[in-house]
Amino acid sequence: MLDARIPDGPLEDKWSHYKAHAKLVNPANRKKLEVIVVGTGLAGSSIAASLGEMGYSVKSFCFQDTPRRAHSVAAQGGVNACKNYKNDGDSVFRMFYDTIKGGDFRAREGNVYRMAECSANLIDQAVAQGVPFGREYGGYLNNRSFGGVQVSRTFYARGQTGQQLLLGAYQALMRQVGAGTVQLFARHEMQDLVVIDGKARGIIVRNMDTGELERHGAHAVVLATGGFGKIYYLSTLAMGCNGSAIWRAHKRGAYMANPSWTQIHPTSLPQSGEYQSKLTLMSESLRNDGRIWVPKQKEETREPNQIPEEERDYYLERRYPAFGNLSPRDIASRAAKERIDAGFGIGPLKNAVYLDFSKAIKDQGEDKIRKKYGNLFRMYEKITGVNAYQEPMRISPAAHFSMGGLWVDYELMTTIPGLFALGEANFADHGANRLGANSLLQASVDGYFIAPYTMANYLADEIKTGPIDIRHGAFAAAEENVQQFLKRLMGIQGNLGADYFHKELGKILYDKCGLSRSKEGLEAAIREINELRESFWQRLYVPGGYALNSELEKAGRVADYLELGALMCYDALMRDESCGAHFRVEHQTPEGEAMRNDEDFSFISAWEWAGVEKEPQLHKEPLHFEFVTPSVRSYK
Amino acid sequence: MGQWKQQTLSRKNWMAFTGLFLCLYLVIHLLGNLQLFLPEERAHRQFNLYSHILSGNIIIKIISYILFASIIGHVVYAIIITLTNTRARKVKYHYDRRGAVSKWYSRNMGLLGTVIFIFLVIHLRDFWYVYKFGNLPLDAQGHKDLYILVISVYSELWYVLLYVVCMVALCYHLLHGFFSAARTLGLYHPRYAKGVRIFGWVFSIVICTGFAAMPVYVHFLK
Amino acid sequence: MRIRLKVWRQENQQDPGKMMTYVLGDINPHMSFLEMLDTLNEQLLQEGSRPVEFDHDCREGICGQCGIMINGRAHGPLKNTTTCQLHMRSFKDNEEIVIEPFRATAFPVKCDLKVDRTAFDRVIASGGFISVNTGQAPEANSIPISSPDVEAAFDAAACIGCGACVAVCKNSSAALFTSAKISHMVLLPQGEIEAQTRVRSMVDQMDAEGFGHCSNTEACEAECPQQISVLHIARMNYEYNKAQVLKK
Repeated sequence: MLDARIPDGPLEDKWSHYKAHAKLVNPANRKKLEVIVVGTGLAGSSIAASLGEMGYSVKSFCFQDTPRRAHSVAAQGGVNACKNYKNDGDSVFRMFYDTIKGGDFRAREGNVYRMAECSANLIDQAVAQGVPFGREYGGYLNNRSFGGVQVSRTFYARGQTGQQLLLGAYQALMRQVGAGTVQLFARHEMQDLVVIDGKARGIIVRNMDTGELERHGAHAVVLATGGFGKIYYLSTLAMGCNGSAIWRAHKRGAYMANPSWTQIHPTSLPQSGEYQSKLTLMSESLRNDGRIWVPKQKEETREPNQIPEEERDYYLERRYPAFGNLSPRDIASRAAKERIDAGFGIGPLKNAVYLDFSKAIKDQGEDKIRKKYGNLFRMYEKITGVNAYQEPMRISPAAHFSMGGLWVDYELMTTIPGLFALGEANFADHGANRLGANSLLQASVDGYFIAPYTMANYLADEIKTGPIDIRHGAFAAAEENVQQFLKRLMGIQGNLGADYFHKELGKILYDKCGLSRSKEGLEAAIREINELRESFWQRLYVPGGYALNSELEKAGRVADYLELGALMCYDALMRDESCGAHFRVEHQTPEGEAMRNDEDFSFISAWEWAGVEKEPQLHKEPLHFEFVTPSVRSYK
Repeated sequence: MGQWKQQTLSRKNWMAFTGLFLCLYLVIHLLGNLQLFLPEERAHRQFNLYSHILSGNIIIKIISYILFASIIGHVVYAIIITLTNTRARKVKYHYDRRGAVSKWYSRNMGLLGTVIFIFLVIHLRDFWYVYKFGNLPLDAQGHKDLYILVISVYSELWYVLLYVVCMVALCYHLLHGFFSAARTLGLYHPRYAKGVRIFGWVFSIVICTGFAAMPVYVHFLK
Repeated sequence: MRIRLKVWRQENQQDPGKMMTYVLGDINPHMSFLEMLDTLNEQLLQEGSRPVEFDHDCREGICGQCGIMINGRAHGPLKNTTTCQLHMRSFKDNEEIVIEPFRATAFPVKCDLKVDRTAFDRVIASGGFISVNTGQAPEANSIPISSPDVEAAFDAAACIGCGACVAVCKNSSAALFTSAKISHMVLLPQGEIEAQTRVRSMVDQMDAEGFGHCSNTEACEAECPQQISVLHIARMNYEYNKAQVLKK
């Protein structure tokens, strides 16, 4: 039984009580303590900058050519915070409740409450950094509403909120780089975690420009490497997003929690051909004014504007009258899949639904819509060549966010002491489904406001350790391990590129471990993935050499995905219930809604690595609901 | 050091200052020379008097030194800037179509400037040098007869053509240079920036048409 | 569609590099330009040769990582569009497409089409921030900012740091990139406090990286995927001149 070490006491006092009693590090000692931060997205940049400001010696790593390219940059819609500027009844508790409910009662109360509690500070911090959030004419901050809630608590910077928040954090990070407290290593990819006497003591990285392996030691290691939704190949993620850092940490002993919970985003652009490399996301904020529909008639051939109103099926408004087009993501995606599978899909591949703005344009005028979503409409036209002011957009669901990730306790520390996981890389806070505009929030509060306290609590005991010696045998062993791994990849000399295996894996997962899952499907998926993995290690071809080589990078990531994919299926198979994004076809109501089983599955699954070909070992962290009562999640 | 270290922006400031001063000079030069358009008799007398007054005046003398300094400064900075810019891209593009997104004359200020500089040398040799050091006959008032010199120089057709071509070069140089100077000096307000741009167009065309008209007028109508 | 590609191939920073020609037979006009390059790489891989290295990541026009010269234009023939948002429908059947890396002394080529743009990071590190530590921030609504001001700041802050402005500039000037950050900061009351030191150190750093002068050709604005206005350059000049005049 895993213990998350959540402080006792009333919900609203847990975090302040923790902070008041956590151990501290004297400013004079901080310079002697080294911290490695892998990843420079919102979580990585903010923790690296915050620790640098406090005076720790920080090393920051990212695989991109500059920290500013981390995929937080692509988040469009906004960031939630319970400022209650709209006077519409928002509060920390309300936000906490919305998030817990949105996650289908599969998240920890203590963590979620803390996230809601810190949300207000984040807006303050971002504004002070110069993030240009949208404002009203009086000069005060504006909000919009987002899926799954009935208040307006989403702060936004047009359709580029993630970019602006990330640039704020990036600039804070670069300020520390300039000040010398943070050393930056761009184009360095983590290859392995070094564990000495049970504690995380450093990492092995590969310089992606030269191919050299480097050892870096530290008193604590932070993984803020984002999610692994790219495992589905077609996803809304960037091409470079990967699960390798957390997977290698997992293989060194960190548990993976709820790995199968992947959010499939309802409003992405549909696939148009085999060559496709990614699915572009259209912000969920579009659902504020867009109405989603499919034709009532199968095999519809008319153009959307030719289909009369009464022959359109606004299925979200029909099925969920209270939330309508703003239903949470898992529900909206599943409803779309239900219509598409039933044969009502539209577009050349019959794999999409319409998102229609004609009513909003009629009611509010084109100018107002242009002001709100102009950049999204422009982007849509660039990609598809279609003017969405004149005809509806075509959208379809796409893999988007990993609710699962490394298991962490209340301090965001994994099962390896000294190894922390922040942001999307950990599993905390979102339960079985993440609400829109909560991912930027979680990544930011983890980095700015939570980890600086919890890491100090850990580092306080490390002052006596002294500098970490990278000549230690564990470093040599880990480096040797990486070298062998790379050699093995290069040595296969088969005839298929890494992308081939990635695409095949993606198909298996979309099909059998995507929007809906079944026992038979998952068992088959595990078999198929194992076969694919065997084939990978026999038929892979990595051209080029050990220096700069994108194919080698991809091969390493796909090798990890093939193992992680199997774990996702094991997790989905074990969880014999439906909850949030995890929909087991065996467990649904007659109307096709998810049916939870709180009696048997009110726990977090944390998996321990047992070795390739071996079944992973399950550990359970029971969820206790002291302050809310899990209810049936209804948005009707 | 810091204080005197030259940055890209300060070099551009000098280009703008000297350039704008030369623009101002062009206005005065044009206004003075408009006298050539007067009726023959009057033009002859007044133009020679005007040049006489100019050549004797101490203030004009100071201004002329500033003028020469400006020309030299403008040229020297242009050379320094061009050299730095060349160093900023040592490997050229194999296939270059970047010109599609900017005006040709904005990219070829150095070339246009060289044409103008060569013109200046010829122009100074023909008039300023001859007036200063040559043996010009005196007119009825006893002033050096610059007017006759002008008439005789502009009687050659190829020379008139050269002048007109150079004025076209000057026009394009000003078309970009005028607003560019304003921008370099920091005019960022969209409305005024636009105003200055339009003023710059009018300015360039008026000045250059004015100058080009002189040799044409003299050649064909006198 | 059938296309002929002439692609810059360069093993590493020291290699002089050369153009190589490839022919692709079966290209779908709905492919993005990068997906076309994926197809080329798949073909090269099948032939057993080294695929073309090129920069890309988000493939939705926001990360700023992609950036190549296509037919002599930064990010290709469309204005204000990143390479990843360019689609093959913008090209003709049987067209020859020339692909080169962004060129500037400050952006050395690492391999094939990949360039090193860390110069931009150093420009930001020199002053492209508001000095506020975590925890120091006052209540967000205690600093009201007029909506037009914040929108103008956003316009400048939207820069994705792709480097097309440098690549297209005849002088390889980084004026648009640097000025966008200076303008973003100075338009906000939070950023005004450090305006003078910021502009001086950022311009110093920009020069130290070896970028050229801005000669206001305005090509950068035409190619900028975020349509950042050249008037920000004027604002940078203004702020710089003001800082120089007021220097103590």
